[in-house]
Amino acid sequence: MGISRREFLKRTATIAGTTLLGSSAIAHAYEKGGPSIFSTGNTANRKNWKIWVERKEARVPPPEEPYTVLVDTTKCIGCRRCEWACNEWNKNPNRPIKEFEASVHQEKSVFDKVRRTHAGEFTVVNRYISSKDGKPIYVKKQCMHCEEPGCLSSCFVDSFKKTPEGSVLHNPAVCIGCRYCMIACPFDIPAYEYYEALNPQVTKCTMCYDRITEGGVPACVEICTAEALRFGKMSELINLAHERIRNNPGKYVDHVYGEHEVGGTSWLYLSSVPFDEIGLRTDIGKTPIPKTSKGFLFAVKMFEIVGAWPLVFGAYYAISKARKKVKASHETSVQKGEGHGEKH
Amino acid sequence: MAKSTNTWFREKILLGMTPRDYIISNFNVPNLIAAIFLSAGVGVMIYRLLFGLGPTTNLSDNYPWGLWIGFDILVGIALAAPGLTLGTAVHLFGMKEYHHFARPAILSSLLGYVFAIYALMFDLGRYYRVPYLIGGSWGFTSILFLIGWHFFLYTIICLIEWSPALFEWLNLRKLREFFTKMAVWATIFGVIIAGGHQSALGGLYLVAPAKLHPLWYSTLLPVFFLLSAVFAGISMVIVEGTITHRVFRRQLKHFDPAEYDSRTIGLGMAAASALFIYFILKIFDIAHYNNWAYLNTPYGYWYLVEILGFVLLPALLFTSAVRNRNAKLVRFTGFLTAFGVILNRLNVCIIAYNWYLPTSQKYYPLWSEVALSLGVVTIIVLFYRFIVNRMAILYEHPEYESAH
Ligand code: SF4
Ligand code: SF4
Ligand code: SF4
Repeated sequence: MGISRREFLKRTATIAGTTLLGSSAIAHAYEKGGPSIFSTGNTANRKNWKIWVERKEARVPPPEEPYTVLVDTTKCIGCRRCEWACNEWNKNPNRPIKEFEASVHQEKSVFDKVRRTHAGEFTVVNRYISSKDGKPIYVKKQCMHCEEPGCLSSCFVDSFKKTPEGSVLHNPAVCIGCRYCMIACPFDIPAYEYYEALNPQVTKCTMCYDRITEGGVPACVEICTAEALRFGKMSELINLAHERIRNNPGKYVDHVYGEHEVGGTSWLYLSSVPFDEIGLRTDIGKTPIPKTSKGFLFAVKMFEIVGAWPLVFGAYYAISKARKKVKASHETSVQKGEGHGEKH
Repeated sequence: MAKSTNTWFREKILLGMTPRDYIISNFNVPNLIAAIFLSAGVGVMIYRLLFGLGPTTNLSDNYPWGLWIGFDILVGIALAAPGLTLGTAVHLFGMKEYHHFARPAILSSLLGYVFAIYALMFDLGRYYRVPYLIGGSWGFTSILFLIGWHFFLYTIICLIEWSPALFEWLNLRKLREFFTKMAVWATIFGVIIAGGHQSALGGLYLVAPAKLHPLWYSTLLPVFFLLSAVFAGISMVIVEGTITHRVFRRQLKHFDPAEYDSRTIGLGMAAASALFIYFILKIFDIAHYNNWAYLNTPYGYWYLVEILGFVLLPALLFTSAVRNRNAKLVRFTGFLTAFGVILNRLNVCIIAYNWYLPTSQKYYPLWSEVALSLGVVTIIVLFYRFIVNRMAILYEHPEYESAH
């Protein structure tokens, strides 16, 4: 009953919202929730964490170099097969692949709205219109697997781990569900199972840790026939990205997104137009998110461990002095016969 | 035996009335309103536990924190700072003339913290795992970790500070003596701990430089939160004093209005200084980030409302009130300042957060979120009244007077 009322409210709100935006009825139908927002009980994050623990316990040597995925947005054709493959592999709510492939040809489609990741949806493809030639640009979005992740540093029960393979993994078994990681992630990636009452989880892309540790490539990369996604070793892909920029003068913006953003990420992007035009924020800076809070944490600890003690004893001294004074004044007032007992 | 427990219960809990009289005496309009708020709030709490956050709130993946964090925690803890400010004044700076204010201040801090944490349990997805935080899974790099521990410690500290009143009520002389001694130490540690987490609440948003509006984001956020907690605490002492002196008038046997007014004015002076420092720092902050251009945008106007209407204006009002020794104006300004702090916390948590999103995607609380928050406020008020009516909070216990 609750959910249906909720849905009703949502629907009304969205109708109001979409008329305001003037966008399509399909977008509205999508916003209604879609199974990915209502999704609960995801198992992928738990499963991948377990694999990490097992590998750690078995002391599996780390790879010589972390892995990376290079996303070349100029090559992406918007088929959304990666979305399908990701849902399939991670057992998220899914639809027949044809429906995903059809979007790109539909007049009204999910592309009408910029989407983000949700509890049952680790990756989404968005469409932007090129400021250069007016053609559509398709951009896949998922966890960037930061070198120094904001989610990791913000979690107060330490439920994230940056693996030597490059994946940032999440451990739902300790998560309390405070959702601070969602505030701290500069790319707005972690999502939450809002419709689970007892055991809601935070979910996100695992970079298919369960596949890359078995020598495979991520499910989304595997299914991409347009060569928009490429999986490999970090240094190789950074070189490849710069090579592509060099060898195709005028085609790309001379910047590899993710090479330095928030201290570097394990997913890299190439683009033909400025990155902020395709939904990749350029105002997030190069400072890793953990650094933004480090200074403060250090200051508090220093204050409490070092600075506080003189304060404590100074205070105690002050107190005992004040006490003596009060006593003394009491005595004098008693001598003088003044009564101000109501105050002391 | 049964009889003696009975009289005990009647004396201590029912204020000396028979159960029947007690229940009848509680039928009045304020209690009726409280009952309505309370049942709505409790209803939402149960609904939340059964169906989860999705149906109960307007929270979304873009807005993981809403009213429950913004109001119950950020606002609640800031307004629960009386214990911090008065504790410092009385115990650290030896301003004994304020000790009349200390007990109500400590009680409101205690209730503020306990029920902020209580409300938080409904916002946390897996509230039953909170013990993990204390006993095992430690995220040392997290500001929230720092806050969690500090809340835990500070609530214990408040309990110790408040316990002498409890033991006076229970007539346990030995325990009271012991805890009175402990309370001094607890206060000192309390100042350190409270300062740490008041600033850390602002520190929470340090990790979101790209999400918080530039006018509100600053590396000085912790300092701003700490300073505003100081004047929030002082103005709450004024506000509570004003209310309790109306409502519990008959408890104040030795009440001396002139003395009380002059203390109120003293508090106004302290609040004014904190407000001025805060205001000047805010201006420096805008200059440092060169954010002047943002002032001429809708968000900028809103920022100006906050900073001029609820920081500068109260600062000036306090100053003028102190100069003219106008206790009434101090009281009014106390309310204004407290309201300004509420506005500031909600701005940071809700309005300035993800400010670039179109209005249609912005978060606004669902009625049920408001109902739960109001329910919690009602519980605090009811507890406050229950305790003040029974224990020596506003006055000194006749049998223990000499102890101060
Ligand atoms: S993109 Fe967000 S969720 Fe992914 S690693 Fe970085 S901070 Fe964490
Ligand atoms: S929601 Fe879970 S994973 Fe995210 S910060 Fe809180 S406890 Fe950590
Ligand atoms: S790497 Fe795996 S989990 Fe991440 S988007 Fe691709 S398929 Fe999904």
